[in-house]
Amino acid sequence: MTDRLFADAKSALAGLLRDGMTIAAGGFGLCGIPETLITAIHESGVRNLTLISNNAGVDDFGLGLLLRARQVRLMIASYVGENKEFERQYLAGELEVEFNPQGTLAERIRAGGAGIGGFYIRTGVGTQVAVGKEERMFGDDRYILETGLTADLAIVKAYQADMYGNLIFRKAARNFNPLVATCSRVTVAEVEEVVSDALPPDAIHTPGIYVQRLIHASMNEKRIEKRIVRQVA
Amino acid sequence: MSWTRNEMAARAAAELEDGFYVNLGIGIPTLVSNNVPEGISVTFQSENGMLGLGPYPMAAEVDPDVINAGKETITERPGTSYVSSADSFGMIRGGHIDLSVLGAMEVSEEGDIANWMVPGQIVKGMGGAMDLVAGVRRVIVVMDHLTRDGQPKFRRRCALPLTGVNVVDIVITNLAVFRRESRGERFRLDDLAPGVTRADVQRQTEAGFF
Repeated sequence: MTDRLFADAKSALAGLLRDGMTIAAGGFGLCGIPETLITAIHESGVRNLTLISNNAGVDDFGLGLLLRARQVRLMIASYVGENKEFERQYLAGELEVEFNPQGTLAERIRAGGAGIGGFYIRTGVGTQVAVGKEERMFGDDRYILETGLTADLAIVKAYQADMYGNLIFRKAARNFNPLVATCSRVTVAEVEEVVSDALPPDAIHTPGIYVQRLIHASMNEKRIEKRIVRQVA
Repeated sequence: MSWTRNEMAARAAAELEDGFYVNLGIGIPTLVSNNVPEGISVTFQSENGMLGLGPYPMAAEVDPDVINAGKETITERPGTSYVSSADSFGMIRGGHIDLSVLGAMEVSEEGDIANWMVPGQIVKGMGGAMDLVAGVRRVIVVMDHLTRDGQPKFRRRCALPLTGVNVVDIVITNLAVFRRESRGERFRLDDLAPGVTRADVQRQTEAGFF
């Protein structure tokens, strides 16, 4: 069962990257993003990517690295506020963006991973999000049809993994990671710690069936976007 | 006289009920957590997957894996749980969150809200705002009464792209509070800031209210 564990990000990604592919990445803001794998994808030079991720990183960190190097063609996200280079490319027409309500994005990824082609949802009814989408009444409420999302490659960050590929996420770094792990035939996970024993079965967030390749994360900077502290207890 | 930002937040906090699960947007709504009335216990939810938010951390407590939806460092409290983003929005869409307090650029007299994009300006995305207004049981908007150019923000119809249709229950501005008991009803003027008259509000509001 040790064949999932790779020495580093580059070897874990070997044979998986090609121009024009779709990559889904876990994380919320800079919290729980697969920093090591993003850096390796950046260094690979792969281009023309479609990225599925809630956010787009910041200018010099996270998915911002791929944007800055113009490796991204289409970004499927819910909020991209903290990225100047993103704004520049978007305004210049160099980058396409598909905005999804955050919960819709999460559910589309979950659905894609669970073999669900589409689902009806109230979010966005009567807004630009609903334009061109099938609408249907359930009871007294209007719903719109949203579709499942899948990717060619999924990259996630977890806290712990065992040799079976089981994952445990840490605190709010869980966010999109368990969903993203399911939405691709190939998921590469980077983890802070690979434990030698099996993880406790009841504690596992993502079972190893979803994790094809695994690395020990060499980058755990975990940059904080807004460090707010209080002075008094 | 008009209400300050903190007074507007306190006015919103007066709508809290014991045992409520509450989601706060960024900006003035964040201040609601400092104004929870005495004797009332509420649980704050953050849509990035944290249920049960404590105060901001002391410097030594900062943990990069513990943030709120505004990407600010935050703390746990007894009873905190973490869920995935899909489960978090399941709580929101499924009507399990009692109250959402959020900011807006415009609200219409029919309870439509616009708060995510201005045509011609850079679009940052709607984040979780559309999910929150569509799913949370009661929605309070806290916003300035007028735009910087002096235009009413509580309007007959929203001119900006909508975040949700017929979803707002209470509008709190620096001048007044408008509320309706159920969606589909008209808003009524419920409260005035000190020294502000009904005529003052009428003059600075485009939306119909009674």
